[in-house]
Amino acid sequence: MTKVSMVVNGNAVSADVESRTLLIHYLREHLNITGPHIGCETSHCGACTVDLDGKSVKSCTVFAVQAQGSDVLTIEGMAAPDGKLHVLQEAFREMHGLQCGYCTPGMITRAYRLLKENPSPTEAEIRMGISGNLCRCTGYQNIVKAIQYAASKINGVEYKEAAE
Amino acid sequence: MIPGSFEYHRPSNVGEAAALLASLDSDARVLAGGHSLIPMMRLRMAQPSHLIDLGGCADLKGIQVEGGEIVIGAMTTQHDVIASDALFAAAPILRETAMLIADPQVRYLGTIGGNAANGDPGNDMPALMMTLDATYVLRSGTGERRVKAREFYHGAYDTAAAPGEILAAIRVPAPPAGHGSAYEKLKRKVGDYATAAAAVVLTKANGRVATCAIGLTNVSDKPLLAEAAAAAVIGSALDKAALDTAVAAVEAICEPAEDQRGSAEYRTKMAGVMTRRALTRAFVLAK
Amino acid sequence: MNAPVPPSSAERAEKLQGMGCKRKRVEDVRFTQGRGNYVDDIKLPGMLHGDFHRSSHAHARIKSIDTSKAKAVPGVVAVLTAEELKGVNLAWMPTLAGDVQMVLADGKVLFQNQEIAFVIATDRYIAADAADLIEVEYEPLPVLVDPFKAMEADAPVLREDLAGKTTGAHGPRKHHNHIFNWSVGDKDLTDAAFVKAEVSTKDLIYYHRVHPCPLETCQTICSFDKITGDLTIYGTFQAPHVIRTVVALISSIPEHKIHVISPDIGGGFGNKVGAYPGYICAAVASIVTGKPVKWVEDRMENLSTTSFARDYHMTAEIAATKEGRVTGLRVHILADHGAFDACADPSKWPAGFSNIVTGSYDFPVAHLSVDGVYTNKAPGGVAYRCSFRVTEVAYCIERAMDIMAQKLGMDPVDFRMKNFIKREQFPYQSALGWEYDSGDYHMAMEKALGVVDYKKLREEQKAKQEAFRRGETRDLMGIGVSFFTEIVGAGPSKNCDILGIAMFDSAEIRIHPTGRVLARMGSKSQGQGHETTWAQIIATEIGIPADDIHIEEGNTDTAPYGLGTYGSRSTPVAGAAIAMAARKIKAKAQMIAAFMLEVHEGDLEFDVDRFRVKGNPEAFKTMSQLAWAAYNRVPPGMEPGLEAVSYYDPPNMTYPFGAYICVMDIDVDTGTHKVRRFYALDDCGTRINPMIIEGQVHGGCTEGYAIAMGQEIIYDEMGNVKGASLMDFFLPTAVETPHWETDYTVTPSPHHPIGAKGVGESPNVGSVPAFSNAVNDAFKFLGSTHITMPHDAYRTWQVAAKLGLHA
Repeated sequence: MTKVSMVVNGNAVSADVESRTLLIHYLREHLNITGPHIGCETSHCGACTVDLDGKSVKSCTVFAVQAQGSDVLTIEGMAAPDGKLHVLQEAFREMHGLQCGYCTPGMITRAYRLLKENPSPTEAEIRMGISGNLCRCTGYQNIVKAIQYAASKINGVEYKEAAE
Repeated sequence: MIPGSFEYHRPSNVGEAAALLASLDSDARVLAGGHSLIPMMRLRMAQPSHLIDLGGCADLKGIQVEGGEIVIGAMTTQHDVIASDALFAAAPILRETAMLIADPQVRYLGTIGGNAANGDPGNDMPALMMTLDATYVLRSGTGERRVKAREFYHGAYDTAAAPGEILAAIRVPAPPAGHGSAYEKLKRKVGDYATAAAAVVLTKANGRVATCAIGLTNVSDKPLLAEAAAAAVIGSALDKAALDTAVAAVEAICEPAEDQRGSAEYRTKMAGVMTRRALTRAFVLAK
Repeated sequence: MNAPVPPSSAERAEKLQGMGCKRKRVEDVRFTQGRGNYVDDIKLPGMLHGDFHRSSHAHARIKSIDTSKAKAVPGVVAVLTAEELKGVNLAWMPTLAGDVQMVLADGKVLFQNQEIAFVIATDRYIAADAADLIEVEYEPLPVLVDPFKAMEADAPVLREDLAGKTTGAHGPRKHHNHIFNWSVGDKDLTDAAFVKAEVSTKDLIYYHRVHPCPLETCQTICSFDKITGDLTIYGTFQAPHVIRTVVALISSIPEHKIHVISPDIGGGFGNKVGAYPGYICAAVASIVTGKPVKWVEDRMENLSTTSFARDYHMTAEIAATKEGRVTGLRVHILADHGAFDACADPSKWPAGFSNIVTGSYDFPVAHLSVDGVYTNKAPGGVAYRCSFRVTEVAYCIERAMDIMAQKLGMDPVDFRMKNFIKREQFPYQSALGWEYDSGDYHMAMEKALGVVDYKKLREEQKAKQEAFRRGETRDLMGIGVSFFTEIVGAGPSKNCDILGIAMFDSAEIRIHPTGRVLARMGSKSQGQGHETTWAQIIATEIGIPADDIHIEEGNTDTAPYGLGTYGSRSTPVAGAAIAMAARKIKAKAQMIAAFMLEVHEGDLEFDVDRFRVKGNPEAFKTMSQLAWAAYNRVPPGMEPGLEAVSYYDPPNMTYPFGAYICVMDIDVDTGTHKVRRFYALDDCGTRINPMIIEGQVHGGCTEGYAIAMGQEIIYDEMGNVKGASLMDFFLPTAVETPHWETDYTVTPSPHHPIGAKGVGESPNVGSVPAFSNAVNDAFKFLGSTHITMPHDAYRTWQVAAKLGLHA
């Protein structure tokens, strides 16, 4: 067993883990942070996506020990301490960008980093940007709208729904 | 789904890493980005007893473009390859290829060194490095050895790296100014390995192909350098006859596996189609 | 001082957020904050984890199972095999289709990855290590994967447990690998129509094996309390009450001591209707150990062992006049069910509602015959938004109509329009026994054609075909048309039951003294947004704002008995129960209002959120006031309180329909495609929440796209399953997924209390034929008549190669 420490959603945490403990299991089982989900075991679906030291990563493909000393953000850390939702969280609701909710934590966490990489992405750039996150319910169209809506709000411009 | 147990090591420089690798039993593996190795470990297709995490080795990172040579630290992530304007200015095919590897999350952690050194015939960097005539800098406990990419790949997961050697850096001669390049990758969806892919780097002179190199991904048990195909277009204005000859030469050296991407025949033909498209596009871009 | 202007009816209606508006979803508040409560999020004190050791063989006798090494791993509490389960008579379990299925391999295995042993350990890592250490000795047996060979004289015997049984749950069995034959329609009249047909077609149309693949896999936590004898089961159950009754029937635990809870479910799509070995093993493990036991399957287990979908080999024949009027339909289906018939069908329908194969067309006579067979593959068949096999047969008829149109030299739209059931024919008695409730097909088709400018598309296609012949382009353009009629809302008790329980559904609504509402239903959302939409129905029916209405589903102790959510049945059945319960409450409120206003009930009219005296609008009582009064002072002889329960037995199924048009360009040199445009017009009757309907269509069309264009589960001749991981099982990313255009018409269901039909599965039903017809349409002018799905790049390239297009 190894002791591993990191900051998760602004809180310093530490625990004893096996070397093989995956970061997703460390978060979900040891820390009870159950927002990121598990949807596959071949690193395809992205439901486990977290923000690790400013990078979108699939936490199912990282050992907790690799994240020693890192800064981790999950969906649970997106809202402000006073409870005010992040604009992306509002946007997903506004634009019906979710149905069963299972891909949503990973999707929003990825969208968060995407908008930092590229504050005004085109639709094609959004679709490429979320290509590591699978969704079975929405067909992505309203997820794209949600991200465009959030981008508009962050940039202080008016959101214009694309003509059908 | 759950990997087997192992001991974890995190050296702080490549010398330490190489020494560790030499001292531990042969069941030790280096961990780069982890996005080839960890999935295999989760399926228990790989069960190393030791993992040497190169993530703490600062001397394996970094990008330099100087005096016509590009040097990329092996632990440079695909994301950083894409983000580097210096690399893009010197050899835009690097960004183009990296953007076609996996997905955004994988590219944040996956490394150019891991992609190049793994020996997985599905990886994209090997054929590209052969096309660019790159040299691999291998570090071991005893020192450093350089092997050309064109001599590095022997078969599936079978490379010229000796046990205990770690790929430390990739040295690429910058293609001449005005060169044209293209990476055409046919795949079933974003994130998939290539059904077939072709990398082309060429230069033009007086409207004709002056130099040309063609590399092929995932159409054999190792990446391929299509030398006869490249030779077929040199001196031509890339007319139909030259293209057809190149395509036939590409098809002749392909021995792809049959899988759910398609039959060997289909994948061979697709290598030809990708080559034709990459040559055509690179030729237009070349000055 | 001026009194404030009271809000108008329209303003008050808007405040209700009732039916018809794009009410934002209640569920999203917790989902967007990572506060969903899915099964794997739940941890109980002392909880253990279970994991399976699975068969590497597709068909083999089990000579021995050595669990000693597994048991020796520290942290392993127990290992179950069929031997232990036999002790509680649970080595086998009944399926919803009247068959039986092994829970753990009993003497032999019948499909690759079949469950052999269940390891229970203190954590999932240890359970995985131990499962790996179980050693099984196999004696391989000949493998049967070709359903067309299943009934040959020398076909291997798969189901030794059925030896000598010449009748099954659905009638006589004609071979040891035969499950049932199900036939409907007038065979003699149909055969006669074909004898005198001027034109006829006959084609084998195969709908390949796929899988619903919800993002959350199947999972459960079973917790048995040794002291009280209560068994609590959390699980991914689309039909929690059914699970409870099944567990009561197969175990010795009485039903009132079984508490089944479906928390949030991460997608169902029919994957989570039936019971799986993992659920039974977890329950037995909990009873044996006295601790809660969690079982969570991984993705490859999910794709290779839980309910697959489709695998229907359909031979379709159409008879028609040379002017293009259909005169008969004859279909035979060979249904590959895998090793056990685990289909989640209503019990009298072994082939689901496949007799909707007449589709949107007025066939005067028709005959359908279905033969189900066993093979060495995973069990099942009914899942994946199929509405009970409607996806299969809708694909069949839409392809067959296209093939006939081509033979007749007619445009596929003209041929359809000529044969549509006409508006005045509704309610329509189909030749295969259904009464379609309502529809206006011509109007919907005309609308679709107008929006996409169909005529212009065909002109463009003609020009492109000529350009292709001249060598100016290597792209082929295809226009795929699909006009589907769905049958959902199972169903009337006279012919729909699950294991004997009629397929009604239910709602219980209770108004609190302060005018807020708590309501529970027998349905169970897995993403359909019931917490949002059910409140909209109640809001409109009884005039209390949707935000004041709390909806609960999934806890079998508190929710009234329901048959669950699948087959697009929630809106038609539970939605109706909601309306009926709401109307009981409204009727009681009216009586209270009459009493308070000292008028006769008949003198009152309902205005959005209040009862007011006709001709005297100043005299009114709001629902809020009436709620308080119900607990305060009711008319003499009336019970206090304001609540109602309704169990709704639908009088008929409902028949949503739609017109989908796909424009696709195919690169013949690679076989790849680009969807240029996809237009989906749906008619689901009354629309409760247009935003949610649109989302359902986007999602269902995305599933259909994947199915048509490359998704598949295949078996090689040794029974090795291929494509059972997300590496190969095609789930499109946001990059591949086309843009969806949605549209609608509204033809209410005449028999439904709010005229709603349901829509969840329509897009999967309608989109697959649109995509497949588009690919087929692209190659028609070169002589191709039918190309089998899926239309992945390799197969499409092979079509081009065979047509000589690569010369």
